[in-house]
Amino acid sequence: MVTAFFSLVGRDLRLAARGGIGSLVVVVFFFIAVALFPLGIGPESALLERVAPGVLWVCALLATMLSLGRMFEEDYEDGSLEVIALGPLPLELVVLAKVLAHWLTTGLPLIIAAPVLAVLLNMSSKGFAVLMISLLLGTPILSLVGSVGAALTVGLRRGGVLISLLVLPLYVPVLIFAVGAVEGAIFGFGERAHLLILAGGFFASLALTPWASAAALKMALE
Amino acid sequence: MATKTKKARIGIHFFANPARFLRFARKIFPWVTIVAVACIVAALVLGLAVVPPDYRQGDAYRIIFIHVPSSWMALMIYVIIALSSAAGFIWRHPLADLVAKSSAPIGACFTFISLVTGSLWGEPMWGTWWVWDARVTSMLVLFFLYLGYIALNSAYDDPTKGARASAILALVGVVNIPIIKFSVDWWNTLHQPATISKFDRPSMDPSMIAPLLLMVVGFIAFYLVVLIIRLRSEIAARRIRNLRLAQVGNQGASG
Repeated sequence: MVTAFFSLVGRDLRLAARGGIGSLVVVVFFFIAVALFPLGIGPESALLERVAPGVLWVCALLATMLSLGRMFEEDYEDGSLEVIALGPLPLELVVLAKVLAHWLTTGLPLIIAAPVLAVLLNMSSKGFAVLMISLLLGTPILSLVGSVGAALTVGLRRGGVLISLLVLPLYVPVLIFAVGAVEGAIFGFGERAHLLILAGGFFASLALTPWASAAALKMALE
Repeated sequence: MATKTKKARIGIHFFANPARFLRFARKIFPWVTIVAVACIVAALVLGLAVVPPDYRQGDAYRIIFIHVPSSWMALMIYVIIALSSAAGFIWRHPLADLVAKSSAPIGACFTFISLVTGSLWGEPMWGTWWVWDARVTSMLVLFFLYLGYIALNSAYDDPTKGARASAILALVGVVNIPIIKFSVDWWNTLHQPATISKFDRPSMDPSMIAPLLLMVVGFIAFYLVVLIIRLRSEIAARRIRNLRLAQVGNQGASG
């Protein structure tokens, strides 16, 4: 079962690597979206410094959301999702493998890009380490919760617009606690509690969301 | 053995038969309507004319008799949707799916009324139409959850699939709502603690509680009235759909 799990992850990673520029597009979107903020609210460095953690996290969240559509959609359309579902792996573990591959192709590039953008936004250097930790803990939650939305809209026409309506309200806690942690580090009122809650959210969603996504996939494959 | 399990489950599955439910609904419908109209009219008369004005807020506080009950209804209907979604998902109970589907627009309307009346109330009281206060924000998120639920439910061509998909969403949402509520509370207290004190209400006079409770009863009865009407039309629509499908099937068989 372990081999099946990792061969599925490896397949998705190979597909992402050969199938084009998917994760590059996500990172480019992240850059462009962040670059729009100085244009929209003005280039004063004090203002940018104040809003930097929030802007970075909102853009990371939107970038993750944009890439959710392809988590199951292509496999559903060419029928390979049915073959995978018939295979030895329970559907819950299939979801986890897909989530892991999605995180490696979107969450990880975002984490690597984030410090560069933080410098561009003139973010205080006290927040960098916590920004990285919050992204490391938070982006897996985005992928996990997003898998529910992706599984629910699989096979639907215009699923892409719907997915944002389903998933964004559920992302509210991640945004609040992650930005709270970074601001806590910058303004000196402590980041520990926020990071611990994020970690708790990560483990809770790791334990719960695969069941919901697998139930939704089962329904789509009926 | 089979009859025994049937009897044990009759509580849940009694209304699985739509015809049986329709007979029951026809019987209680006039009574619920009377209760709804009587309670809402009585609460309006008491609340708008009889109860004295508040010593600090004057007459403006009277919107509380709409605002607070609709906020409670918004939360209660989401719980009802989640419970009936669970019942529909676990036992494939057809009426439970319909209850969840028909309740969602009513709940969304109550959430909207709660947001609008809160905004109207906020203007004279705090001098602003909108405050990013914890309660207001979590109500707004609840409104988005309702919209997502309705959109997902209607996105599927097959109504049973739509019901199952939105049931999963409602159950995920119910796990998340306490977390969202708690995170929004915390977010607000960290950012702008000053606004909280504005929300401290003076304790209510007993004479104001009577119209409030009457309005709550009236709103619950009103919800049941609208729910019954919506369920009837849903059942009728489903029957028409099945008849049409049968007709098409017959034509295909004969031709």
